[in-house]
Parts: sequence; C-alpha cells; structure tokens
Amino acid sequence: MRVWRLPADIDTDQLAPGGTMKFGLDVTARHCLEGVRPEFAREVRRGDAIVAGAHFGIGSSREQAAAVLVQLGVAVVIAPSFGGLYFRNAFNVGLLLLTCPQADRIADGDAIRFDARAGTITRVNANGSDADVLACDPIPGFLLDMVDAGGLLPQLKVRLKQRLEKSS
Amino acid sequence: MRSTLAQKLVAQAAGRDHVEPGEIVTCRVDLAMFHDSSGPRRLQPMLAELGAPIWDKRKVVLVIDHYVPEADDESRRIVRIARDWAAEQRLPHVYDSQGICHVVLPQRGHVRPGMFCVGGDSHSPTGGAFGAYMFGIGATEMLGVVVTGEIWLQVPHTIFMDWRGRLADGVSAKDMMLAMIGRHGMNGGEYQAVEFCGAAVTALSMQERMTLANMSAELGAQVGLIAPDETTRVWLAEHGAPDVEVERWQGDDGAAGVRHSFDASALAPQVALPHSPANVRAVTELETTRIDVAYIGACTGAKLDDLRAAARVLAGARIAPGVQLLIAPASVQDAADAEREGVLGQLMAAGATLLPSACGACAGYGSAIADGATVISSTARNFKGRMGSATAQVYLGSPYTVAASALRGVISDAREVLA
Repeated sequence: MRVWRLPADIDTDQLAPGGTMKFGLDVTARHCLEGVRPEFAREVRRGDAIVAGAHFGIGSSREQAAAVLVQLGVAVVIAPSFGGLYFRNAFNVGLLLLTCPQADRIADGDAIRFDARAGTITRVNANGSDADVLACDPIPGFLLDMVDAGGLLPQLKVRLKQRLEKSS
Repeated sequence: MRSTLAQKLVAQAAGRDHVEPGEIVTCRVDLAMFHDSSGPRRLQPMLAELGAPIWDKRKVVLVIDHYVPEADDESRRIVRIARDWAAEQRLPHVYDSQGICHVVLPQRGHVRPGMFCVGGDSHSPTGGAFGAYMFGIGATEMLGVVVTGEIWLQVPHTIFMDWRGRLADGVSAKDMMLAMIGRHGMNGGEYQAVEFCGAAVTALSMQERMTLANMSAELGAQVGLIAPDETTRVWLAEHGAPDVEVERWQGDDGAAGVRHSFDASALAPQVALPHSPANVRAVTELETTRIDVAYIGACTGAKLDDLRAAARVLAGARIAPGVQLLIAPASVQDAADAEREGVLGQLMAAGATLLPSACGACAGYGSAIADGATVISSTARNFKGRMGSATAQVYLGSPYTVAASALRGVISDAREVLA
C-alpha cells in the first residue's frame, strides 16, 4: 500500500472542514485535507495508508473526520499518537488506527504492509523484500473486531437481532 | 484503596466498588446530550436502520444550537430534521434556540455531581466543572448509547493541575487554561482525567470553572473535573438542581496521580496565536497586533461572567474606530441576565453588535468573519479555517483581553485598562 505522509497536529477541521459539514459526507470528502495536501482527496486510492506525526485527529468530536477517510478508501492511519476522541470515533466508523512510536521512519511514497492483530508494520523495499518491521501499541481485541465488522453500527445490528431472538 | 474523583465516578457508573487505571469497564450512562449537528440528522437514519427505540428518553437532552438561526436551505433542513424527530419521539428535554448546549444543560438543572454523562460534542467535558464524569463522543458511538444506555471506557489515570495563589484582577480562568495548554500542549491531557484543584480553582465562580472544564478538550483530556463544593451546591440549587451530594464526590487524600503545579498570582493574561490553542504567549510578550474583529462568543467565552468581565473593561468607553466587536451570549438566559444587570447595555453603548445565542462564528457556521481579518476571540479554537475563513488570523484570549483589544484596536492587556 502507498503511504501519504502528513505532519503532526492534523486536526479535525483539516479532515472535515466545518463549512462543508452541512452538505453531507460526499462534499466533505472532496475537501478532506485540502489545507495540507490539496491533491489528496483527488489522488488517494483505495487501500492507501496515511502516516502522520503526533496528535492526529485532535479537535472536534465530529466523526466525519474519520468517516471521510473510510469513504476515500484509506485502509489505515499510522501515527505516534491520536486525539482520544478521534481514536474512539475511528473504530466506531470502521477506520483502523495504529499507534506506532516509530511512525516517523516511514516516508511519503513508501510501500508498507501491516498486521493489526500482531501489531506490526513492515516497510517493503522496491525489490519486494522486507526493509524493517516497526512495532505498534496493542489494540484491545474488541476494537479490532469492530473494525473487521465495519464499525459499531453493523455490530449493533447483530447484537439487537440476538437480543430479539433470545426474548422470542 | 484510595481513589481519585475520576475513579470514584467511573466505579459508580460501572457498578463497582473500585476501578484501577487501565482496565476496560462498561458504564451505565445517566445522561446523553446531543445537538442538531451531531444528533438527530445522524441518529435518526441509523436508529431507523436498526429498528431500535431510545433506551430511556428521560435521560436524553437535545439542544438545537449549531444551525440556528437558520442561515440557508441546508441549515433549515438540518434544524427541521431535529425538530420533527424531537416531536415524533416525544423527547421530554428539548431546548430549541435557547443557547449553546454546554451552558444550557447545567443552567436547566440536568448536571449533578456524581453523574456519568456523554455529549455529542467535543466540549462536553464542561460538565466536569460540576463533578460529573462527562465527555464527548461521535454520532455512531452516541447511537450505541442511545439504544443500549451503556458505553465502554478505559479507566483513566488522573493528572492534577494544582493552582496555588490568587489571580490578579483582569486575569481569568481562560488565561489559566491557555497557560496549561501552552505548557503541556494539545495532547497534554493524554485523553486521561484532568482534575483542576488548588486555592485559585476553588476561588473561581461556577461559570469560570466551566471555562476550565470546557477547554479540557483543547488540553486533550477525556474529562476535566473540579471537585464539587459549596459554590457548586449553591449554583445548582439556583438552577433547578437542589440538594446535590457534594461530600461523597471528592478524591481521597493521597490517591495516585501525576501533579503539575502553577502559580496563579504570577499569571499574566495569555494569548494563543494563529493557528493553535497551544501557540501561547503572555500578552506582555506580544508584538503590536492590530485587530479587525473582537469576538466574544461560544460556550467557552460568552457566559454571564464573561460578559460581565468585558463590560468592566468597556463601561463608559467606545471601541476603537474600524474595529468590530461582536457579542454572541452563550445562552438566552445569560443574555437576559446580562440585560437585567445593565451589562449588555454597557457593551452596546461601547459599540458592540449583538449576535444570536448560538454556536455561530466559533465553528464557522455563521459568516461573521471576513477573509483576511485579524480576530481576537474568547472562543476555544483557532485552527486554520475554524471560524469559516482560511485566511483569517485568529488569536484567542479571555473576555477581558478581547474587550481591552476592542477598546484599543490592538491586542491589549486588560490589567492596564482596569488599573
């Protein structure tokens, strides 16, 4: 997967500009990160990764700031730290975040692959061989399950169905 | 086992005697608050998709504050969804165009010490000023709360922000907060529980305490707590929440936590420069900075006490030529009180323009801020583009600082005006 490198302190207003919020997620997605990488929304491809500096997603509770990245096909966001509210929102809308203290070693355009349950990111050389492996902070299993399910909403559907079946 | 206030609040909600930092628990929610932007327009379609009812309507509060007054067709559509859904659901607690949720919620007696609350907005930690565990969540997570009445939580450790001494006249809670964010950064709270304590915190009025708790969001904390006391009890009794428990909701002496110390007596007014609340300097260290707009607004900076502070600076004076002073009181109640006290009259006589009691320009929902304008604002955030213009230069300061800057046309130290 291709890496989009971003600086530290990317806030929710840069991911989901306030003025676009009333028009819905499609419009917000077109303006995602326009202040830092104007070409991002146009050129990002399904399965790409974002690697950012510290404090990714600080600011507002608006989960559109995570949902736009799902909409644009971003597979994972890797950073040394995340805004706490953003961290919860991301998993709730099905966006995987990996907290990696060594994220700064990954450069723009690098090829990487990752294993969320093992907590590893592997940088891949141009010839396809592995360059190195970076460790990530462990993520509670129930959050990884949530991302696998596509977020909290699909999980709630299953839970409510089970509750109905039990009571009937 | 000794517990901090945060641990006690979480333990109560989790139905446990004691919880340890780091463990993951499921908490019962006492109150879920959301607004027209994060609430019905997002919740309604997801609830319909689930076919599930609201778990307990008495525990839900809807505040319509973001897209009012409706400026265009999209805003009208969003507000109509909120109003129609509230009527259809027969929600018992709806505040429409009454002011900003974080200020309206306690003013209408919904927040009490010991409660566990979630809000569909990042400034929800404001409830921590009353000794409630309250934090912000996104719309999908709110959906989970609204259908189950529960939410997961990793028990936080506690960071004590200990303020000794006494604030000088013209220095306020906003300056304390900017100083803390300047020192520790926007992730200084590490999404843990911050507890504000010490003589300078205890001396603050209830609404000043709300300013501290409110900007816990910018400090990166999950919650910002202040242990309830007589100030809390009296204020809540006056606002529809009599007979609250105060003694029970105190941290134990010697409970584990990180402690940072600050001296209120030595604190000068603080200003956050564009484009981050952490880009903080003392007003005395600032170069001469001309302003076009002085904005007193938002849940952070336009409560009654904030309006009083501004009026003390501006009473009997006129703002500088060419400067626009915009005032959007945080709630209809605060605006009415300010009018009755003569505070609003003094501000208007000084040349202020009164805006509706809503979120407005703070979040770029209004169109009050022109491109290229230099703004000094009593709000919480100055991210690039936050107030609606990517070319505006937004500085953050206390209501005292905003008023003094409006008076002189340059960012100014209110202590000089008040002396």
